[in-house]
Amino acid sequence: MTETLYIVFITIIKTAIYFGILLLHVAYATYAERKIIAHIQLRLGPMVVGSHGLLQPIADVVKLLFKEDIIPSNVDKRIFTIAPLISLTAALSTFAVIPVSEEWVISDLNVGILYVFGVAGIGTYGIIFAGWSSNSKYAFLGGLRSAAQMISYEVALAMSLVGVILMAESFSLVEIVNKKMEYSYGMFLFPQILGYFVFIVAMLAETNRVPFDLPEAETELVAGYFVEYSGIRFSMFYLAEYLAMFCMSALAAICFWGGWTVPPFLLEIFPFLSIVPGVVWFLLKVYFHMFLFFWLRGTLPRYRYDQLMAIGWKVLLPIALVNIVITSLIKYYL
Amino acid sequence: MNPETTKELLINMGPQHPATHGVLRLILEVEGEQIKKCTPYIGYLHRGIEKLSEDLTYIQALPLTDRLDYLSSLINNVGFCLAVEKLMGIEVPERAKFIRTMMAEMARICSHLLWIATHALDIGAMTVFLYAMRDRERLLELFEMVTGARLTVSYPRIGGVRCDVSNEFLNELYQFTEEFPKKVEEYETLIDRNRVWLKRTKGIGVISAEEAINWGLTGPTLRGSGVYYDVRKIFPYDAYDKVDFEVPIGKNGDIYDRYKCRMLEFRQSVKIIRQCIEKLPEGAILAEEAPEIRLLTSPLKINKDDLQFEIYMEDKKIEDFIKKFTEVYVSVEASRGELGFYIVCDDSPKPYRMRVRAPSFVHAAVLKRLCEGAFIADVIANIGSVDIVLGECDR
Repeated sequence: MTETLYIVFITIIKTAIYFGILLLHVAYATYAERKIIAHIQLRLGPMVVGSHGLLQPIADVVKLLFKEDIIPSNVDKRIFTIAPLISLTAALSTFAVIPVSEEWVISDLNVGILYVFGVAGIGTYGIIFAGWSSNSKYAFLGGLRSAAQMISYEVALAMSLVGVILMAESFSLVEIVNKKMEYSYGMFLFPQILGYFVFIVAMLAETNRVPFDLPEAETELVAGYFVEYSGIRFSMFYLAEYLAMFCMSALAAICFWGGWTVPPFLLEIFPFLSIVPGVVWFLLKVYFHMFLFFWLRGTLPRYRYDQLMAIGWKVLLPIALVNIVITSLIKYYL
Repeated sequence: MNPETTKELLINMGPQHPATHGVLRLILEVEGEQIKKCTPYIGYLHRGIEKLSEDLTYIQALPLTDRLDYLSSLINNVGFCLAVEKLMGIEVPERAKFIRTMMAEMARICSHLLWIATHALDIGAMTVFLYAMRDRERLLELFEMVTGARLTVSYPRIGGVRCDVSNEFLNELYQFTEEFPKKVEEYETLIDRNRVWLKRTKGIGVISAEEAINWGLTGPTLRGSGVYYDVRKIFPYDAYDKVDFEVPIGKNGDIYDRYKCRMLEFRQSVKIIRQCIEKLPEGAILAEEAPEIRLLTSPLKINKDDLQFEIYMEDKKIEDFIKKFTEVYVSVEASRGELGFYIVCDDSPKPYRMRVRAPSFVHAAVLKRLCEGAFIADVIANIGSVDIVLGECDR
């Protein structure tokens, strides 16, 4: 009995610390995005609140919290209020299985990858509900778009990871990283370059980011599914989007870049690298992918809806399938 | 599915939509993402410029024309001045002609820069927007150097231009023409070699040459369909017959070709500006017979009777001229297409009727043809590619 209580207690503390750090990261991801895009576009970005606008995310959060909570009169109130909660809960729950280092994981599920996809898929409901219950045509179209987009890209996303799963012979995220160390290159990026390519494109679509930001296409649907939301409910959607970005970056870091480990061949050349703690490596890899999101947003135009669907089903899925076949053949014969 | 229970979704796009470039309103009937019917509604920016000018003398009506196409206001001024000059039979001095041509091309670059900025932003390329704004800012500063205004310049006068250009300005402008082609290449590297951009623009919003003529399209929107028509070449005005330039034309009449036409026009405009600077003759900037505007010595102490007297004196002068003519139509190549001024005059110093043939008005109508059968995202791309300014459309 005491042992169970102890485990529960430790898990709660772990969760609190983990999520605290995570939410801080999300807040500063918005700051990083604004700054990076500003510098790409010859602007300065936030500069007023704090030195170089460093306190801007905090000011934003305070503003959003104290804003009046507006619920338009003709919306379906129950679904309207529950939709952002679904999105946020789903996005937060994915992090339960994502390991930061070998010891730093809330729960090392043996079906970690499946869990991430399953829970992230629930987040789509939040978006569909938001679009439907808002009783607005723009939100409705945004909701429909995102439903179609997220469902079809989830297929490609999952398929792109099958190669990694085959090589690691495990669904557990910790196990995937540990398995890598058996290979001298220490990253699944090199043998799974096709899978990585598909994963990167699909992760952009899955998180509704440029060039696949159709559900919230600023110039077409004004803001898409959350056009009727304001204040704290709006920020929940925003939070969910950034959490999804972090989740995808973490998945990319773990599955393709070796998580918290350093490739063995690098360690041989630079032995001093072993001093750097695993968390730092992991965060660096995550930050790189976050930067990728921002970088693309500053550079690329937006695809059209039918083109997006064509890419998902006609290009990415076949590539991912070819990748699976090749990996299985090599795995079987070698 | 029972046809009685299904119907198209009606979407009201605008007049406050961020991508309709002003206050255009489109009623879209969509089935899924596809547009079944598109009806443009205009008139949200109607300020009665044509009617207002009937109550003003010819000189007083000039600043109103700034407010037509406020992105290239100088070309509107030139068009109006040309019409009144033809009416009064005033011959503009050579130097003024070259200055007008030079400044009109600056206005064209300005307007096209704003077009590429918003067009790219509509399709999703955010960065081009700020790059184009950076270069537009330089041009606006150059405008400010000469005219004192950045946007609504009211620079040309009936019979010439308001003030002379300085050597300092010419140097700065020449420097700009040397640097600008590189900037255009910069935009092209960002969007023209981008697969996403090509996918969004090639083969979309196609209009054939014949159809384009029938719809009355002009300017780059018509030339994108492969029709060689440019007022500057066919009916040269100002100094356009003395400078060497080409008119870029497209082939397929899709969004990409219209885009390409405008991008090539950037280079031609730079070429014209350079030649104008090199060939700029010395001499007067205002014709001798031009109607005078007398400035009161102190604008703070205006005696109402004095004011009326001044304008009355001025009017008398014009009256002598206009007895000879009854109506006139002059068109110029504005950055969006053929901008025409049709003026009917009676024996008063004010126009009896002024009618503006605005390219944006015609182009707003063609949206109906371009958008039907396309996707919602294409509507935005189409609005960008026909490049309408609602100030000119609604007048």
